[in-house]
Amino acid sequence: TTTGLILFFQSGRPLGAGVRLGMGLRMNRTKGDEEEYWNSSKFKAFTFDDEDDELSQLKESKRAVNSLRDFVDDDDDDDDLERVSWSGEPVGSISWSIKETAGNSGSSHEGREQLKSRNSFSSYAQLPKPTSTYSLSSFFRGRTRPGSFQSLSDALSDTSAKSYAPELGRPKGEYRDYSNDWSPSDTVRRLRKGKVCSLERFRSLQDKLQLLEEAVSMHDGNVITAVLIFLKRTLSKEILFRELEVRQVALRHLIHFLKEIGDQKLLLDLFRFLDRTEELALSHYREHLNIRDPDKRKEFLKTCIGLPFSAEDSAHIQDHYTLLERQIIIEANDRHLESAGQTEIFRKHPRKASILNMPLVTTLFYSCFYHYTEAEGTFSSPINLKKTFKIPDKQYVLTALAARAKLRAWNDVDALFTTKNWLGYTKKRAPIGFHRVVEILHKNNAPVQILQEYVNLVEDVDTKLNLATKFKCHDVVIDTCRDLKDRQQLLAYRSKVDKGSAEEEKIDALLSSSQIRWKN
Amino acid sequence: MAFPHRPDAPELPDFSMLKRLARDQLIYLLEQQETRGGWEPEWRRQQRRGVKCRPRSQLPGKKDLFIEADLMSPLDRIANVSILKQHEVDKLYKVENKPALSSSEQLCFLVRPRIKNMRYIASLVNADKLAGRTRKYKVIFSPQKFYACEMVLEEEGIYGDVSCDEWAFSLLPLDVDLLSMELPEFFRDYFLEGDQRWINTVAQALHLLSTLYGPFPNCYGIGRCAKMAYELWRNLEEEEDGETKGRRPEIGHIFLLDRDVDFVTALCSQVVYEGLVDDTFRIKCGSVDFGPEVTSSDKSLKVLLNAEDKVFNEIRNEHFSNVFGFLSQKARNLQAQYDRRRGMDIKQMKNFVSQELKGLKQEHRLLSLHIGACESIMKKKTKQDFQELIKTEHALLEGFNIRESTSYIEEHIDQQVSPIESLRLMCLLSITENGLIPKDYRSLKTQYLQSYGPEHLLTFSNLRRAGLLTEQAPGDTLTAVESKVSKLVTDKAAGKITDAFSSLAKRSNFRAISKKLNLIPRVDGEYDLKVPRDMAYVFSGAYVPLSCRIIEQVLERRSWQGLDEVVRLLNCSDFAFTDMTKEDKASSESLRLILVVFLGGCTFSEISALRFLGREKGYRFIFLTTAVTNSARLMEAMSEVKA
Repeated sequence: TTTGLILFFQSGRPLGAGVRLGMGLRMNRTKGDEEEYWNSSKFKAFTFDDEDDELSQLKESKRAVNSLRDFVDDDDDDDDLERVSWSGEPVGSISWSIKETAGNSGSSHEGREQLKSRNSFSSYAQLPKPTSTYSLSSFFRGRTRPGSFQSLSDALSDTSAKSYAPELGRPKGEYRDYSNDWSPSDTVRRLRKGKVCSLERFRSLQDKLQLLEEAVSMHDGNVITAVLIFLKRTLSKEILFRELEVRQVALRHLIHFLKEIGDQKLLLDLFRFLDRTEELALSHYREHLNIRDPDKRKEFLKTCIGLPFSAEDSAHIQDHYTLLERQIIIEANDRHLESAGQTEIFRKHPRKASILNMPLVTTLFYSCFYHYTEAEGTFSSPINLKKTFKIPDKQYVLTALAARAKLRAWNDVDALFTTKNWLGYTKKRAPIGFHRVVEILHKNNAPVQILQEYVNLVEDVDTKLNLATKFKCHDVVIDTCRDLKDRQQLLAYRSKVDKGSAEEEKIDALLSSSQIRWKN
Repeated sequence: MAFPHRPDAPELPDFSMLKRLARDQLIYLLEQQETRGGWEPEWRRQQRRGVKCRPRSQLPGKKDLFIEADLMSPLDRIANVSILKQHEVDKLYKVENKPALSSSEQLCFLVRPRIKNMRYIASLVNADKLAGRTRKYKVIFSPQKFYACEMVLEEEGIYGDVSCDEWAFSLLPLDVDLLSMELPEFFRDYFLEGDQRWINTVAQALHLLSTLYGPFPNCYGIGRCAKMAYELWRNLEEEEDGETKGRRPEIGHIFLLDRDVDFVTALCSQVVYEGLVDDTFRIKCGSVDFGPEVTSSDKSLKVLLNAEDKVFNEIRNEHFSNVFGFLSQKARNLQAQYDRRRGMDIKQMKNFVSQELKGLKQEHRLLSLHIGACESIMKKKTKQDFQELIKTEHALLEGFNIRESTSYIEEHIDQQVSPIESLRLMCLLSITENGLIPKDYRSLKTQYLQSYGPEHLLTFSNLRRAGLLTEQAPGDTLTAVESKVSKLVTDKAAGKITDAFSSLAKRSNFRAISKKLNLIPRVDGEYDLKVPRDMAYVFSGAYVPLSCRIIEQVLERRSWQGLDEVVRLLNCSDFAFTDMTKEDKASSESLRLILVVFLGGCTFSEISALRFLGREKGYRFIFLTTAVTNSARLMEAMSEVKA
């Protein structure tokens, strides 16, 4: 086989469907969230330190490898790797081909021609030739699965066809099989093999239950479900529910089956019968996810409020309803403001997305961003949100800080942490700790002067020094070293500031000062 | 670096046979009536001679094939377009919720047995019917058909219009020692919904393995699902008696393990290279997409990661901190090899170009890829303050500073760090602590809903049902005392108190299990990650994966003897089993081959840890998993809010 290890992606082309799927939720994660927040702080340990030897080692190896590139890349013609590398997928790969069909359906013939020629030329080499050295007959013998794998012996001795519902136009001869009185256990075994098996002869409740118990004791969920489908059809739901209540395994299968086929009504009946009120409520609530229209969704949520949730969840449901109600009002109002073009904040920072169905914290951020100064009486004001949803101080400050820092409204930031005591002195306080404040400010590209101010407010000296070093607040580092009388650290820091800079001068002045009694 | 296997390590069986099998079966299902030229396997020719009436689900002639997205990658690993074309597949489509543009007279659907696929097919068929159009339709279910699907076909009125077949493709060899069933939904279906539909699939797969590689003389298992799968498999073997009789066993031991026996390991951040690559870029079906940030070009690359990648093979099981050293050594060697050409005369140069250059170029490519991947991982991890995260995880595993860890998680949530990550940490906290204190549970949940959306109420309900995130019973006032005590006195005492009340609910008992099995190694001084001393190296020396420790212990004793207490703490008293057959035909070599079956998924960290154990003891492990998983995949499976 050819190496085929490296399969290049054609840039700019959307990834093949196969590639993209399975990423589901991951793609859903807002990139901003992750990227923005990852404002790392100190690390000194082995692996993940920027300054670490390891990384420079890595960089060095990278340079070494890259320096070879010229030599390596100039004569690639004879390289198998390249031959399969013309596109994002291996030539002839199935994901690739589907992408082609999708892209070319109908109009362009060129793609298909390309497809043909490309296929004929390389893909075959990629996989070992489909030679079949193993005799499959031995493997298939005794396999009594339906479908095409029937071995000879199967095909001759077992005339049953392979469909589950025998009612549908089956030749007469085949009736022989299920007119026989298969015992419940034989029936269940046949079902497991996917063979035809009429369940119609199990008419007494006792027979039905015996069948179900056989299925459960065999453990195959597919068969359990098959029997349940039959029971659901032939028993009244009261009887079915009553019997399942004492058969938990089967009950779980029925619940899952109902969820899957979307028989919400029967599912809710079942929960009601079982007196599983919380599941009933949650199951009903789940339906809101399928409602796109915000007003309809809101109305639906309203119907959820009285449902028998736990006390705690009831409050969450109420909040969900209130939040969406607010969002609808804010959205309508802001869309109007934005399109009118009279409001500066919307002109300068056009909205990127609608606020509908966003989480509360995102809504608060939005409101701190666009409606910061509004009076408490308006629905869109941050203070109003804070009160309505009982947002804790910490969360509020965190979010407001992020929003105001993003707008570079440093005065607002300042005000957020300034408290006056009864004597009229002002004091800085942060419910989230000033190290967090610094990180958030840095993330929002705050200028050094601002950063410095807050780094200085960090109480723990080590943390302060770490942050100052990380964010290049030279003055803070230098002053802290001086206060700690740590000559060695100051000396070490000297190499990190620019040659001939004011910082260097300052360090030199300190180092040569006779006023300080260094501890080392 | 890159530990070699012991010279007496047994050879692995050849699993590539499974690929050929799957491919042959698929071709058979797609085949036309008369094979004109083209390739036909021997077994088919034999079969055709014997079978008088052909199965009615044959679909001769040109057809368009609709493939379910989740099946594409596995399919790519065993077949390609030209093979499909040889068997009269005309166009390929993805099964998605759009009307089909196909103009073919015959449509074939290759799908997982899911209700939504049936509805899709029904909509196509019924649209055709409305338009007065007649075509032939065939559905190939992989790996098997479910009755619920047929019921939907019947309800939609297309039963009979559509013929059904099964493609029993349930074992994909992703590597020389790794077989995946590629059924990530197993986890949710069984561990959340309690649906046992895949147990038969597992049993069939095990049956296939024993048919191909001989019987397994020694069987062990733990977990409710493991026990059921084992019993169903045994049934199967009995019914089809004779299949494996007289065959020499190639694999001496089989060990089945349920994922819920050990959630903790699967929830940890991975730090061995392969696991880290999976956590960072997501390895899918054995290959990974390296974006431009890794390839340092404008292209993305799809790279197969397996033992054939010589560079990767040497670093995959290494702790990440060792990988740089290795790569730079490699780079230097490579440089030296290239430099040799400087002094060469024409003939030597010719030799060099014809014999060595290709290998060197290959190595060069791989090397620069993995260096790029490392760089990209470093950047990402630096940004997310990985060190702090790992510190918190270790604290949770060891059970100290619970308050601090809780507020760390809180901060994560408040700042809207990735929802999955926050959920993962909460679950880790819950399982290691036997559930959250009600006050913490409520406040974390409230904050979570505020940060990531109220609809996650459903996610919390799922996590509770699966036992991943629970609240200590509110009546259990002693838990509050417990937690107070745990702060005042040593962990030891707290562990005992926890133990005393373990009867109150199904608890994870992690702390007690950890102590019994010595999962947190006592380390004097630094744990040397370059020379691992135990399986804990896969978590930086902080924790021996519980699942792997159990396997190690049982293999050592060849039974569960002496592990009663552990089994009880795992709530598995009824589900731990051993079954040995007196099999004198088993060679000593085969007795050192162990097939480990993870029901619900295994992580690359576990694979690395067991590979390490194998090297230490002279065993070799073969892994069979319903899917390769990691913490993010587990959390996503529990999340109710889909993209």
